[in-house]
Amino acid sequence: MLQEIVIAGFGGQGVLSMGKILAYSGIMEDKEVSWFPAYGPEQRGGTANVTVIISDDLISSPVVNQYDVAIVLNQPSLDKFEGRVKPGGILIYDGYGVHKSTSRKDIHVYRVDAMEESMRMENTKVFNMIVLGGLLKLSPVVQLENVMKGLKQSLPERHHKLLPMNEKAIKRGMDIIKLERKAD
Amino acid sequence: MTEEITLMKGNEAIAHAAIRYGVDGYFGYPITPQSEIIETLMEVAPWKTTGMVVLQAESEVAAINMVYGGAACGKYSMTSSSSPGVSLKQEGISYIAGAELPCLIVNVQRGGPGLGTIQPSQADYFQTVKGGGHGDYRLITLAPNSVQEMADFVGLGFDLAYKYRNPAMILTDGVIGQMMEKVKLPEYKRRRTEQEIREQCPWATLGKTPDREPNIITSLEMDSEIMEKRNIGFQEKYKEIEKNEVRYEALNCENADYILVAFGSAARICMKTIDLAKEEGLKVGLIRPITLWPFPGEIINKYADKVKGMLTVELNAGQMVEDVRLAVSGKTPVEHYGRLGGIVPTPDGVLDALKEKIVK
Repeated sequence: MLQEIVIAGFGGQGVLSMGKILAYSGIMEDKEVSWFPAYGPEQRGGTANVTVIISDDLISSPVVNQYDVAIVLNQPSLDKFEGRVKPGGILIYDGYGVHKSTSRKDIHVYRVDAMEESMRMENTKVFNMIVLGGLLKLSPVVQLENVMKGLKQSLPERHHKLLPMNEKAIKRGMDIIKLERKAD
Repeated sequence: MTEEITLMKGNEAIAHAAIRYGVDGYFGYPITPQSEIIETLMEVAPWKTTGMVVLQAESEVAAINMVYGGAACGKYSMTSSSSPGVSLKQEGISYIAGAELPCLIVNVQRGGPGLGTIQPSQADYFQTVKGGGHGDYRLITLAPNSVQEMADFVGLGFDLAYKYRNPAMILTDGVIGQMMEKVKLPEYKRRRTEQEIREQCPWATLGKTPDREPNIITSLEMDSEIMEKRNIGFQEKYKEIEKNEVRYEALNCENADYILVAFGSAARICMKTIDLAKEEGLKVGLIRPITLWPFPGEIINKYADKVKGMLTVELNAGQMVEDVRLAVSGKTPVEHYGRLGGIVPTPDGVLDALKEKIVK
């Protein structure tokens, strides 16, 4: 198993921390992981992005130019990464941040209205967890229970009271993600 | 999974490894992409536990001179910075080499020249292995290619520095510094006592004892006859290091038709290129220098007889390629591929370059 995933959006949307939780979850499953952020000026507006690789074997390059899964949370990120999804790969986007979906026909396209859902849940901070839930539904790179373990490890103890809320958000994401178009 | 395995950035691994090695003092000044080193140290606050000093100096120049002072007392002293900051430290590094003091310097390189960018680069290769500061000196240079090696090379760097009384450098870049991977941190070592330092470092300026002459640590010598002798001594030491301390990794080289030569982050990218090349029926190996000085020229020369060509892959305009060409001595074509100014090459970019420049 080798999954090369990019997560991209505005700085502040929780892109890097979502990637971190994913990587932690991978460790919980005894997998090899790497997490490589675009740490430059992109962090402040534009497209913050992180490449997360989860693999059964030792990971060679933490930098890749084609992804199995691209999760894009705003329009500039979709424009930047839609062309870099492997044929037959998966593109997941948030309907609030992306107004124009991809024109590619050779990839699976999914929409998760995570921003709307987080507003409905009256907690926009769980936005990224809803998106993560969507990913877990489609591509079980890691198991939910290991995500919860990963969250527990990556969050300082004083935040552990937030764990149930995060789990709820992940499960909401699993429910609301929908297929827009299957690859031809 | 054991308790000890954790996920962290390369920069954070360096900070934790330093505390665990029993380092006495870290002196630094923040600069992207290595600020997590000092940030982590400040957060963990080892002065409360091991007694390690962590100090944000007023400048990079001050920091390297604090290292000079600490090292003169036999203390495990280190600093870290990124390219523009390491340029500022060069005078101090030359003085430390001239005074034959052991210390560790970390350079998490970014794109240059000048202030450049904050993105990854390997353009300080020349500066590190060919001088940087003035005078005939050498830096023991370690090039980690993973977060694990970032942690491991702190101890290795200090071990080598103290073995030879010579400054050592970890030469890495924004990719390895900023990425997170699994890491198993080294075991805790107790900081040495004053008495242990006296025994390990009879040259240290810890106060004169009745049984010996005063220890004087300086790089200055007004008499050129004596200075030449000292320089000859340095060169003998460097030969010894070249003989004993070359480290490298050779991957898939035995049956390879072509060999990539790359260090640090570029070597990781090349590992993926090897797989991509295999899918196209090309037999490609990788030689990864782990010590950039002393340089693993001998092994490169050995494989030069067996392959149709070599490509160095560097995040610069072609620096290590000169050392590879020297090692190969014309036996096989050697070309270079690199991206500049903070752009990181991709695995298939490397494969395209290999096909264009070497396979043809």
